[in-house]
Amino acid sequence: MERRNIEEKIFKGLMLLSTMVILSSLVLILLTVLVKGLPYLSLAMVTQVPQGGYYLGKGGGILNAIVGSLYLAGGATFLAILLSLPVALYLNVYSKSDSKFVSACRFTFDVLCGVPSIVYGAFGFTIMIFFGMRASLLGGIIAIALLIMPMMIRSMDEVIRLVPRELMDASYALGANRWETALKVVVRQSLPGILTSILIAFGRGIGDAAAVIFTAGFTDAIPTSLLRPVATLPLAIFFQLGVPIPEVQGRAYASALILTIMILIISLAARLLSKKLTRHVVK
Amino acid sequence: MDYQTHISVQNLNVHYGNQQVLKNITLNIPDRKITAIIGPSGCGKTTLLKSFNRLIDSVEGVKISGRVLVDDENILDPKTEVTHIRKKMGLLLQKPYPLPMSIYDNVAYGPRIHGIKNKKRLDEIVERFLKKASLWDEVKERINQPASMLSVGQQQRLCLARGLAVEPEIILGDEPTSALDPQSSQRIEQTFVELKQDYTIVIVTHILRQARRMADYVVFLYLGELIEHGPAWDIFNHPKQALTREYIKGLIS
Repeated sequence: MERRNIEEKIFKGLMLLSTMVILSSLVLILLTVLVKGLPYLSLAMVTQVPQGGYYLGKGGGILNAIVGSLYLAGGATFLAILLSLPVALYLNVYSKSDSKFVSACRFTFDVLCGVPSIVYGAFGFTIMIFFGMRASLLGGIIAIALLIMPMMIRSMDEVIRLVPRELMDASYALGANRWETALKVVVRQSLPGILTSILIAFGRGIGDAAAVIFTAGFTDAIPTSLLRPVATLPLAIFFQLGVPIPEVQGRAYASALILTIMILIISLAARLLSKKLTRHVVK
Repeated sequence: MDYQTHISVQNLNVHYGNQQVLKNITLNIPDRKITAIIGPSGCGKTTLLKSFNRLIDSVEGVKISGRVLVDDENILDPKTEVTHIRKKMGLLLQKPYPLPMSIYDNVAYGPRIHGIKNKKRLDEIVERFLKKASLWDEVKERINQPASMLSVGQQQRLCLARGLAVEPEIILGDEPTSALDPQSSQRIEQTFVELKQDYTIVIVTHILRQARRMADYVVFLYLGELIEHGPAWDIFNHPKQALTREYIKGLIS
C-alpha cells in the first residue's frame, strides 16, 4: 500500500514537471519575443513595405511579408482542404473500416507528417524545375499544401472517426447514400473538429520557413500574381536576424511578435466561428 | 399461404466471421400489425431486423445467404438498389440519434434527399409527420432549434417523425424504448399502436411485458434459431415449444 502510494506521488510529480517544462518554454518564448520585439514594433512595420536599405536599419516595414504569408498560408490551406477532406471522408465513410488499405493509408500519412519541411521544399522545387516554374507564390502554395496535407488528413480522420456509427446508419436508413451522409451528416457533426484541424494546419503553414525557401522566393513587393515571388514572415525574420545590426535584429523579434499575434487572432476567430457552428452537434 | 406479405424471409442464414448468428430463418411478417421479435440477448434479434433494410452490410465480416423479400424484391440480391429499399422502412434505434441539424431539417432530411425542394410542401410534410409522432405541439414554437436540445424521449419521437417523412410502409424498431423513461416509452408505444393501421411494424424488444402490451404477432428467437412464431395471444397463452414456455415464464433470459 505504502509503495503504491509513493509510486503514485512520483508519477504525479513527473507529469507535473513535464507540464511545467512545456508551459515555461512557451512562456519563455513569448516573453523573449515580447521583450525584444515590442520596442521595435511600430505602425510602419505593419503598414509599409521595406524601403531601400531596410535590412541595414533604414525605414519601411514588413507588410510584404505579412500579406505574403497570409496569401501563401491561406492558399495552401485552401488547397489542402480541397484534397484532405475527401481523403478523410473516404477513409471513414466509403472504405470498409479498418481494411488493410485504410491502415496502410493512415500509416503513410503518419510517416509523411514526420518528414521535415525542407524535404517538402526540395520536392516542390524539383517539381517546379520540371515544369519550368520560377520561385513564386504558386510554388510556395503547393509546397506548403504538401507539407500540411498529411497532418490535416490525419487530424480530420481522427475527428471523423468519432462520429457514431449509428448516426450514419440513421441517415442510411432514410435512404441517403454515402455521399449525402458524408456531406450532410458526417461533416456537420465533426465540423468543430474539422475547423480545428484546418486551423492547426494553417498555423503550421504560416510559420514554416524551410518549405518556402526555394519555392516561394523573397521579394520586397506584395505579389500581384500567382507566378510572382512572395515574401514570408518566417523568412523575413530569418533574414533580419542574420544582419549584425541591433536595430534590424530587434525588428526580427518584432516580426516574430506580429506573426504570433496573427496566429492568435486567427485562432480566436476560428474558435468563435466553431462555437457558432457547434450548436447542431449531437452529443 | 398464397398471400405475399410485405416482408418475407426465406432460409436466411447470417454469419459473423465463423459464428452463425441466424440459422435458416423462414418467416412471413404480417402486414399492418405489430410484430415483436423477442428472445434473450445475443439471439440474433437485431441482426434479423437489420437484415430487413441491409444495414447489416456495414458489419465487418458478415456473410449472408437466403432471401429477404420486401414487396417481392429480394433485397439481399447485390443488384438491388439499397437506398430504395431503405426508403420503404423507417428505423428507430435503441438510442435516438437526431441528425446534427435543426428539428425542421431532421424531418425534412429524407424528403429533401428524395427530391422534394418546394418549401411549402416541406413545411406541410414536417408538420404532418411531427403531428403523427405526437411531437408537434411540443416543438412548433422552436422548430428551427437544434434537435440535440430536445429531451431523449422527444428525440426518439423526432426520429420516428423523420422516419415517417420518407413515407415508408414499414417501421422497424430496435428496442426503441430501451433508453427512455417509462413515460416516454409509453408515448412511443401508444404512437406505434396508432400507426399500425397504416404501417407494418416490426420491433425488437427484450421486455416481455412490452411485447404483451403491443404485439399482434410474436417471433421467438433463441441462439439464432426461430423457435416459434404466431399470433401474440397464442404464443403467450399456449406456447407449443418448451423453450418458449420457459422464456415467457422468465426461466431463461
